[in-house]
Formats: sequence, structure tokens, C-alpha cells
Amino acid sequence: MTPPETGAPRKRSLVLPITAVVVLVGAFGWLIWGGLDKNVVFFLTPNELLAKGTGGMNVPVRLGGQVKPGTVKWDDKTLDLRFDVVDTNGTGMIHVKSKGAPPQMFRDGMGVVVEGRFGADSLFQSSQLMVKHSNEYRAPKAGEKPQEMYKSLMKGSGQ
Amino acid sequence: MTRLLAVDALWFGLIVCAIGGIIAPIGIGRGKQRDAWIAVAQGAVYANFLLITVAAGAMMWALARHDFSISYVAQVGSRATPMFYTVISLWGALEGSILFWAWVLALYSVGVVWLNRKRPGLLVPYASAALLAIALFFHVLLVGPANPFHLVSPVPLDGPGPNPLLQNHILMAVHPPLLYLGYVGMSVPFAFAVGAVLSGEITNADWMRLTRRWTLTAWAFLSAAIIAGMWWSYEVLGWGGYWAWDPVENASFIPWLTATAYLHSVMVQERRDMLRLWNLNLVVGTFVLTILGTFLTRSGIISSVHAFTQGTIGYYFLAFIAIVLVGALAMVAGNSDKLRAPGKLDAALSRETVFLLNNLLLTVFMFTVLIGTLFPLVAEAVRGVKVSVGEPFYNRMTLPVMVALLFLMGVGPALPWKRGNMDDLKRKMLPGLIVAAMVATIVVGVGAKSVYAVLAFSFVGFAGTMNVMEFVIGARARVSAHGERFGTALLRLIAGNRRRYGGYIAHMGIFVAATGIAASSTFRSEGEATLKPGQSMVVGKTTARLKDVWGREEKQRSVIGATVELVRDGAVYASLTPRMNFYPTSQQPIPTPDVRSTPFGDTYMNLMSFQQDGSSATIKVILEPLVPWIWMGGGIIVLGALVSAWPVRKLA
Repeated sequence: MTPPETGAPRKRSLVLPITAVVVLVGAFGWLIWGGLDKNVVFFLTPNELLAKGTGGMNVPVRLGGQVKPGTVKWDDKTLDLRFDVVDTNGTGMIHVKSKGAPPQMFRDGMGVVVEGRFGADSLFQSSQLMVKHSNEYRAPKAGEKPQEMYKSLMKGSGQ
Repeated sequence: MTRLLAVDALWFGLIVCAIGGIIAPIGIGRGKQRDAWIAVAQGAVYANFLLITVAAGAMMWALARHDFSISYVAQVGSRATPMFYTVISLWGALEGSILFWAWVLALYSVGVVWLNRKRPGLLVPYASAALLAIALFFHVLLVGPANPFHLVSPVPLDGPGPNPLLQNHILMAVHPPLLYLGYVGMSVPFAFAVGAVLSGEITNADWMRLTRRWTLTAWAFLSAAIIAGMWWSYEVLGWGGYWAWDPVENASFIPWLTATAYLHSVMVQERRDMLRLWNLNLVVGTFVLTILGTFLTRSGIISSVHAFTQGTIGYYFLAFIAIVLVGALAMVAGNSDKLRAPGKLDAALSRETVFLLNNLLLTVFMFTVLIGTLFPLVAEAVRGVKVSVGEPFYNRMTLPVMVALLFLMGVGPALPWKRGNMDDLKRKMLPGLIVAAMVATIVVGVGAKSVYAVLAFSFVGFAGTMNVMEFVIGARARVSAHGERFGTALLRLIAGNRRRYGGYIAHMGIFVAATGIAASSTFRSEGEATLKPGQSMVVGKTTARLKDVWGREEKQRSVIGATVELVRDGAVYASLTPRMNFYPTSQQPIPTPDVRSTPFGDTYMNLMSFQQDGSSATIKVILEPLVPWIWMGGGIIVLGALVSAWPVRKLA
């Protein structure tokens, strides 16, 4: 049905191509490994971060925990945001300093993920603050209904 | 009613796919009553398309009718959601998107069979059977772990509606269909590869020509989908960026890299009869990577290995990937003698060499992104730690590859096939190099500090000049040979060799998009301030003044917005309304930034927070130069692919 291959397959030495492939793959693997080693960000809870001691300092970390109630301080002039993050059982406190407005629904006790570095001064400098949320539907608890939060804005609204 | 009809259609589809995808190719292979078995395989393609259309149509009907007795509707539907977003939530969640995937695959299969109905030989019959075998897998998912038509009892009165992020922007109607057309389209080249192996046409150059055009079509859709996805992320996620090396983004990008490599290396095979085996690997690899990408994004494994083990669909995908890999290995190994390419590289200085380098770089790029995407899964499974691989890794590893690719895009067109000449090359590259030096000087003068940014701008200048010169030199030659006007000569030049010039047009799209990406990431400036109505903030040369904070109720959501005016010399020249949309099913408001676009750049504004009495609002302003160039570049890339892939007689 199809014309046969012209010219019989030639026997070639495989030593050179195989060496080349091994060298290339090795070099590439080494590069990737180095890149991953330096640039991987660990997800840690406050207790896990504290347990790492100085090893957990000045490396990029994603800190996941809860905002400790009563610790949120927000200065809308300097845009400084400070709060403490604890494990879900309330232990292992870490002070966090962040720049920029807190997310609208930011409040005591909520789950957060803070990306940043834990400094030698025991202050976690956050470069990014994310509120933990899932796509799963969960009925809002009392006081969580958005309507209650912005009711006053709904009056006389134009636009 | 609807439910029974759809479930029956899915089961019949499963049977049709099993007959056409497994029994028919065996029949064709044995040779007895071969024509009858060919008719069975091709008829099955049409039958499957009808059946899956019934099932998908039934789902859309059920969504539109708010038939909450059907599990998928109960999961993503809601009476308050506008009809438009209700209907497109067909692809908003797992089960619906698998159904949509199966439909797109059936559509492609019909296209393959219909467009090649007059082609003799066994290539197309075997390819149809391969497509049906792939469809069989998706039918198994649809009657098994991803069945969207379960009966819900008691029937709920209302549902939660689609994920708020997916009903907040019109691009949700555009990006997923494009992505599926691109992703699923890569099944066609794979099916042709299977067909070529089974029919023995693997050594015949014709199957590669067929495969190339289908790959180009799917590649154009995938390119458009990636750009549309970037646009969506820019318009919806509210951080002013468009690419975050997120696993979901990577999943769409990884097969794009191998498909791009194939579109280049197939030229080397056609011209020089080299790389046969390599091209087969790229075709198979691209297909496997689309299935792997679907597995990653649809099994829940990305958020956590544990989320994956809770569902069963992941195991189906793993089994399918294993079957395809074993089959592909057997296919390649069994034919490696036939596939040994007779062509040889004549000289190091030739266009072939540039294509080989391009393939090497794209492959390295693909593996880098793939390893970065898979590493967190391996780390969690093996070492039990949760890690993420973020931008620093990808920037460090891929920026050198990207700038090298940009540079090669300028060298390739300047070199002839077979054997080049260093003096000719130097002479041809001189204008490009001059432009590159000028661009570098300007960019450094404007204040770019990153080496890669300077290299990116300068190589875009170089390669852009080299590609433009191809058009100019060719058109000029026609002007002097035929006495045509320059514009006419240019159009006829492109029409006369659309594959080549379509490719250069796609290159130009890459340059335009690369300029947008480099400029918006290098010269971005931002500011954030809490303002009372009447107060202003200054970012760069832009002054933004808060007018007021307001709220309104809509049917499916509540909206809080801020009206912010851009002021110059005391006069308002634009007004933006960044908003937060509150959906009843979401704890978090969905940021809805407002963007003012000009060809020179965007003013991107996001409402970060507001006081409940409207006394103040925190506004973030980001100035990003040349962002619209990225979307424009996407359009040019698609145009180039169209010029290159459109059937000949329609344009000529």
C-alpha cells in the first residue's frame, strides 16, 4: 500500500548520541534542581515555622493559619496592617506586618495565607495576603451576610 | 424525561464508540469485508456526534429550564443567575466540562471524516477509529465518575449558581470553548499518527501534511485560548497581572510548547527528510500532555494530593495516560527502523540548525514548566511537605530560554536551507542588529534595569526587523519584476507562499505580545491610598480623585462601587468605577477592577476596601504600559495561523 523505505537502515554507533543525551539531561536536571532548591516556597503553619528556628528565617514562606482575634491594627494613613497569626488550635503566635488595605472581609478568627519572610526580629514581613476560601458553598453565619455590611450604602445609590 | 434521554444517548454513544473504536479497526486489520468495517468506523463517528449532541443539548436545555432534578444543574444552576451565564455553565464545573470535551472531540472527528471522505487508503479509517477510542474513554467517564445526569431527590427549589469567579466576566464565554478547541484538537494529530502506523503510511509524507494543518488549527485555538485566559485573569482577579505560573495556566501552556516545536520541526522533515521519529514523538507527546493537563486541572490533585484521592476520576485519567503511553511507546519502538530519517544535516550554518535549536529550547522550556508544575505533587506525596513553586523559579529558568527564542526568530529567516554563508548572514543581519542596539540604548535610557528586560526589547527589535525585511525584500522583488504597486506586490507575495508568510505574521504577533509583556512588567507603577470623597492620589503622572462610594442590588448579586475620576489640569478626562461584587454563595466579594485602555497602556483600578458608611474607600491604581499589545499580539498570531492554514483554493 505504501512504497517501501528507500535505502536499508544504516548501523550507526550509539556511543556519541547516548553520551550527548546523558550530558544534556544531566546538565538540565542539575539546573532545574538548583532552581527548585532555592525557589521553592514552603507552606507552613505558625507552629511549624517556629519549630524550624533560624532555618525558617529569611526564606520565602507561605504561612497559613488564623487571624488571632483582637490583634488586627490597621493604619489607613500609612497603610500599615499588623496582626497575629496562630494555628487553628490557637497556639504558636507569629506577628505579621503587611502593607496595604486588608481584604474587605478580613476579620478576627478568619483563615489567612500570608506569603513573605520571617525576619530575625521575629516579625513576619508579608508581601502578599490571601484570605482562605473555598469554592464550596457554606451558609453564612450570623453577621457574615454581606448585605449587613453595606446596607447603609444601598440607600440613595445612583449609578 | 430530559435526563433519561441524555443518559440513554450517553450509553448508546459508549457502545457506538466501542464498536467503531475497538471492533472496527480489528475488522479493518483482518482484511475480510474491509470496506464494510471502514463504513462502520466512519458511520460510528457520525452516530457518536449525534448522540453526544443530544446529551449536551439536553444539559443546556436542563440548565436553561432550571431542572434541579439533574445533579449538575443542582450543582451549578440558580434561578437568579442571568440566562447567559446559566447556559455557559455547561463548562463551568467538572462533569459539564467533560461532556463539553466529548462533544468537541466528536465535532473534530466529524470534521476529519467529512473533509477526507474522498481520500483513499486506510489512514483516515484508522484515525477515525483512534478518535472513537479516545471518545470511548470520555464516555466511560460520563456514565461513571463524571456523570452529570444523576437524579436528585428531593428536587431542590433553587441552586447555588456557578462559581462567582466564572459568572463575573463575559470572557468566560470565550476562553473555555477556545481552550477546548485547542486542547481537544491535539487529539486529531495523535489519531493521524495512530492511523499512519496502523495503515503503514508512516513513511509516506502525505500524513504529515494532513497532520500539520490540523495541528496548526488546534494550535491557533490554543494560542487564542491562552491569551484570552490571560485577559480574563487580568480583568477578573484584581491584582493587575495576567500570568502567575499557576498550575492551571501551565497546564494549557505545556502542550502549546510542544505543538509549537512540532510546527517548526515538521518543516525540517518536509524539506530535508530529517526528524521523522522526533516529529512522531512531538505529536504523541502533545496529546499526552493535553490529557495530563486535564488530569491535573480536573482531578483536584493540584490543591492537594489528598483531594485527589477522595475522588475516583483521577485514577481513570492515570489509567488512560498509562494505556496511551504504553501504546505510543510500542508504536514508536515498533516503527523506529522505518522512521530512521534518510536526511542528514549538511552544514552547521543553515536554517535546519536554527530549527533544531528552536526545538531544543522549546523542549527544555516544556520540561521546566512541567517539572515546576509537578514538583509540589511529588514533594507532598514523597516527603509529606506542602510547597509551592512560584514566579522566582520560572523567571530564573525560563527567561533565558525566552530571550534566546526571540533571538532565533530573527536568525532563522535570514538563513537559507542546507548551507548558509557567514558573510551573507552578517550582511543580512546588519539592519536588525542596528535596530537591536538602538532599542537597547533607548530602553536602558528610559530606566530598565533587568538584563532580561533589555535583552527582550532589543531582541524583539532585532527579530522584528528581520521578519519585516522578509516581507519588504520579497515585495520589492515583485515590484521590480512585475511592475506591481508595493501594496499589491505584498498581498500577492503572501498569497503566493502563505505557509511561509503566515508563519512570519505569527512571529510578528509574538513580537507585539512580547513587547507588551516586557513593557508592562518592566515599567509598571502602582499606588494605593485610602481616600475620602473629593480627595486625590497621584501615581506616576496620573491623578485619581474619589468622587463617591455607592451600592446597588442586582438580581443575582449586590454591587459596591467607587467612582474615581482621572484629572489633568483641573479637568476630568476619564471616570472609572472599580467594584466589588457580592454573590450570595461566596464568603468573599469578587473584585471587579475597572481598566481604562489606550494603545499606550492601561490605568488599572481596583477597589480594595470601603467604609460601610461610604465615608472612605481604599483604591489601588496600577499603571501598566502597553498591556493591550498582548491581546493585539494574540490576534495577530491567530491571523498568521489562519493565513497559513486556510485551504489554498479559497484565497488564491
